[in-house]
Amino acid sequence: MITAILFVLMVVGGTALLSWPLGRYMKWAMDPAAPSAGLAGNKTRAFQLVAGPLARQEQNWKSYVFAMLMFNIVMFTVIYLIQTFQGALPFNPDGMGTVSPDLMFNTAASFTTNTNLQHYSGESTYSYFTQLGGIMWLQFVSAATGIAALTALARGLAGRGLGNFFVDLQRASFLVLLPVALVYATALVLGGLPMTFEGSAIATTLEGVQQTIARGPVAAFVTIKQLGTNGGGFFGPNSTHPLENPTFWTNVIQMTALIIIPMACVWMFARIVGRIKHGFVIFAVMLAFVLIKVSGSVAFETAPTQAFTDLAITQDVGNLEGKELRFGANGGPLWAVLTTATSNGSVGSMHDSLNPMTGLMPMVGMWLNESFGGVGVGMINMFLYIVVAVFVAGMMIGRTPEYLGWRIEAKEVKLSLFALLAHGAMILVGTAIFAATPWGADTLNNIGPHGFSEILYEFTSSAANNGSGFEGLGDNTVPWNIATGLVMLFARFIPIILPLAIVGSLAAKRRASESSGTLSVEGGVFATMLAVTVIVVGALTFFPAATLGPIAEHFMFMN
Amino acid sequence: MSQSKPAGMFDARILGPAFRGAFKKLDPRVLAKNPVMFVVAVVSVLCTVLFLKDLVTGAEGLGFSFQIILWLWFTLLFANFAEAVAEGRGKAQAASLRQTRTDASAKLLAGTDATQWRDVPGESLKVGDIVLVEAGDIIPSDGEVVEGVASVNEAAITGESAPVIRESGGDRSAVTGGTQVLSDWIKVRISAAAGSTFIDRMIALVEGAERQKTPNEIALNVLLAGLTLIFVMATATIPAFASYAGGHVPVIVLVALFVTLIPTTIGALVSAIGIAGMDRLVRFNVLAMSGRAVEAAGDVDTLLLDKTGTITLGNRQATEFRPVRGVTEQELADAAQLASLADETPEGRSIVVLAKEKYGIRARDMQSLGATFVPFTAQSRMSGVDFDGTAIRKGAVDAVLKHVDLAGAAGVSPKVSTEKKREIQFIADGIAKAGGTPLAVVRNGQLLGVVYLKDIVKGGIRERFAELRQMGIRTVMITGDNPMTAAAIAAEAGVDDFLAEATPENKLDLIRQEQAKGKLVAMCGDGTNDAPALAQADVGVAMNTGTVAAREAGNMVDLDSDPTKLIEIVGIGKQLLMTRGSLTTFSIANDVAKYFAIVPAMFVTLYPGLEALNIMGLTSPQSAILSAIIFNALIIVALIPLALKGVTYRAIGANALLRRNLFIYGLGGLVVPFIGIKLIDVIISAVGLV
Repeated sequence: MITAILFVLMVVGGTALLSWPLGRYMKWAMDPAAPSAGLAGNKTRAFQLVAGPLARQEQNWKSYVFAMLMFNIVMFTVIYLIQTFQGALPFNPDGMGTVSPDLMFNTAASFTTNTNLQHYSGESTYSYFTQLGGIMWLQFVSAATGIAALTALARGLAGRGLGNFFVDLQRASFLVLLPVALVYATALVLGGLPMTFEGSAIATTLEGVQQTIARGPVAAFVTIKQLGTNGGGFFGPNSTHPLENPTFWTNVIQMTALIIIPMACVWMFARIVGRIKHGFVIFAVMLAFVLIKVSGSVAFETAPTQAFTDLAITQDVGNLEGKELRFGANGGPLWAVLTTATSNGSVGSMHDSLNPMTGLMPMVGMWLNESFGGVGVGMINMFLYIVVAVFVAGMMIGRTPEYLGWRIEAKEVKLSLFALLAHGAMILVGTAIFAATPWGADTLNNIGPHGFSEILYEFTSSAANNGSGFEGLGDNTVPWNIATGLVMLFARFIPIILPLAIVGSLAAKRRASESSGTLSVEGGVFATMLAVTVIVVGALTFFPAATLGPIAEHFMFMN
Repeated sequence: MSQSKPAGMFDARILGPAFRGAFKKLDPRVLAKNPVMFVVAVVSVLCTVLFLKDLVTGAEGLGFSFQIILWLWFTLLFANFAEAVAEGRGKAQAASLRQTRTDASAKLLAGTDATQWRDVPGESLKVGDIVLVEAGDIIPSDGEVVEGVASVNEAAITGESAPVIRESGGDRSAVTGGTQVLSDWIKVRISAAAGSTFIDRMIALVEGAERQKTPNEIALNVLLAGLTLIFVMATATIPAFASYAGGHVPVIVLVALFVTLIPTTIGALVSAIGIAGMDRLVRFNVLAMSGRAVEAAGDVDTLLLDKTGTITLGNRQATEFRPVRGVTEQELADAAQLASLADETPEGRSIVVLAKEKYGIRARDMQSLGATFVPFTAQSRMSGVDFDGTAIRKGAVDAVLKHVDLAGAAGVSPKVSTEKKREIQFIADGIAKAGGTPLAVVRNGQLLGVVYLKDIVKGGIRERFAELRQMGIRTVMITGDNPMTAAAIAAEAGVDDFLAEATPENKLDLIRQEQAKGKLVAMCGDGTNDAPALAQADVGVAMNTGTVAAREAGNMVDLDSDPTKLIEIVGIGKQLLMTRGSLTTFSIANDVAKYFAIVPAMFVTLYPGLEALNIMGLTSPQSAILSAIIFNALIIVALIPLALKGVTYRAIGANALLRRNLFIYGLGGLVVPFIGIKLIDVIISAVGLV
């Protein structure tokens, strides 16, 4: 028990501390006080020179969104084409061939949207060129898109212009993601991850059998997978694979990489809007949700798996099914919570094998999708809840609700609720369709509530742009590829476009000054209000679905 | 109006029509205005149709369905009832106002100078017509007095039976149609066409006939509609989930879950809250021209308050005589009293009284002295008496100094030394610094000294301002006094800031400056020269005694013409929003318990293990569902008084207020339904309803 607590404190607490200086740095990098001065200024000018007039003008919310969408459409097209022609492209030592069009669509959507849902096994489907030139490149720029969008949102709330998407994108890529990735990748190579362009190794096992061991530029790939809340592994089994995550320490490093940028995004946001104390409130609410989920999952995972129920054996070391024992007993549930809290989706144990209620925790994380959330977009999701919380709390103190001096009126409420509604609708409607039809029912590995959880998890993971799988689901089928592909695309862009539209609507208003009579978004009272809003508006919607999945399974088998 | 026995909240005069109103409001066109209740109506109709079909085919479990459907309709009726009760009070007031709108005939004049009039019906009058109104006549329509002076009984609109004076020119020239001239006569230029007079607008306002949704109410409705959609999605997907598990959920159970989850509590009460908010203002004798103005009142950051009458008692009082060297206080008091004998202003009277009380100088009779009174004029800015070759004047220090200079130069009286003038000025400055008004007294060109007139700050006003500061509202005192005097009074009254030597222009500038800083400004005013500022202010309260221009410019009219009310108006505006916010929180928090009542009941047949989620220990799945829907309907009725009365507003600062309301309505909303549903379950199981 003590070790579990210390372990969580080390990973979560340690990363929280590290996120503070990183947030400060990100504010400097993304929103410099003097944009044209110094080295960064020169670099921006050089970039603008190369990129042309598109990167020079100040954009309003519509042109910012337009630029972002155009860029993403190009990314989507490029990755689709790379997959199509990977057989003819270089860096293909293992001779990977053609992939089905629906899988290519799904994969393109998955990586463009920073989801990294994988309906394939990387090492046996894609060439090194596809993995590095296509997928890894997208892992950088899709994460950078999120950071850029958050920066624009924060600038708008600070009462300034939104900036320029392309400038923000290059800042996020070159000044934030690349340097941080370099640090992490070095640590991981030292920790024992392979980094090579040679093909698979052929080894003779002790039994005298020839074994092909897939390898490649793993360290670079894994770093951005974790940092950019991408989650798509180099190998199919992701970070449970011994070459993707060999030791206890690489595991710890990878877990900190999962949450550090989403955490730092909160500080960056708070610094740009100029309200550090407000940042503490948001950070505290997010952290509280993470800790509750971690405690829940670690606690539920202390029970042995249901297979032991009828056996005459005492098993008191917890559920070891699907775990990598080299990481220790608590590595699995902690990773499961962190990876779903941040819309990352890499896995450190098999989520399908978690005890039912433990399996609920990652789902809760993705339903909320803002307890740190994806890079940039997690904070943007929280902004949606803040708008709703401010609206109700503002009325309770007897004023027209205001957030940072901006009046929250019908239009802002409408856009926020629509974005929140869309998230729920994609999960519930998708699950309903697949649960009731052979599209879903025929692809299941399990029957009863557990099978239901698999479908629910898959849609949840897509809608949260998470990408982790409950597995046990035969998801490389045409309906699954197309449905989840669409969900990923909508789930990505609706919660970016609508908040920017809110900022556009606010910009047209007269900003009110704040006083002791206006709603404070800086204290414990507002933190409570925000947490309650998240639970009641966000989580409770999924209560019926949860009841039929993990909760039913828990009461059926675990008692 | 408020004086004439307002109808209580649950008066039979209101409840009777409200019961009928609850059914009348089932009209789809009325229901469509409220998204939440409209949805409830749609599913109620749907379920009723399904029920009738089942009745014909003879399906099982009809008793249960029947009860659920019954409570669905009750939910709707209770919501309508809440609105009808809220409207009822306004309707009662409107009825009494209508009685005043008798079809008076008018004496139409051909022009301002005409003496001949002809009788025309009141409603035929056009804007710009001139009418004669004589003693005993009802003023036919709103207008402005262009000639004459009369005493008018305005009890019809203010409820105040003491007559008021209306005269041409000045700030008391507006007359209201439906009021009665008691004495003398006036000529009135009609300013409102028939049907759009002040009383017509009042009737429409209190009746709620033209009630338009306010910006915040619209936003709240958007939130409620959005939540409703979320729950549509949450419940509509359940059948598919259940079919996966190999079972099915009856439509009636889904509907029960849906209706209990959507925010029916606040949805049912939201319009009642809005109507009651306007009504509170009306009972306070303030008429808001729009609901928007009431909401804006709650948002006010800066209050501009006139010093006189709001912060200080209307009258300044003499408190001290300060003679120059060589003159005794007695002598100064004597001269000052003589100069004030015929001065009927409160200041003048207070000088007479002070001289008598402090120095035993009895008031003398002007006639027996053979004195003549020299009245105050705008040019001389002095008043006084002349008798037996003695001339005594009192007035503003600079006016008096100018007077002695002129007199000295003309050789009427000996020249006054610069030293004396400086001494007077010194005394006067001392008084002004302390917040008083100095009044110099001169006798035959000889400066005697200064009377100290003091502004008396109203008792308790300091505490009110402290309260306002707690609410985050800044108070600015507006006064025509010089900056020194203003500063002293401002300090004594505890206002945050002041505008001295105020003119209509710098008042307007001040409002613009505050607004540029992102503040909402409220002010009250009565004169025509206040009109631009009233129009610029976010909340402008015009005094009913004021001019037509002022009344048109403001967005509220205070029928009692009491500027202090601005403070209460802010409180009422805040209370309106707080009631909405608190009941929304309550309504949403209720969902937790409802989930725990219905979801296990719904799925327990599919997975018996889910009985463990029945944490309230409800008797059976059916009693659980029925209890939840009964609770959902009854809570509406239980909260009607709160919706009408409003959540108590306390000036304790935003943060403390949020903590308090979140605790009461958030935590309360979480806990109450658990208890309520359990209780109902026990009762209906005991009675054997399920």
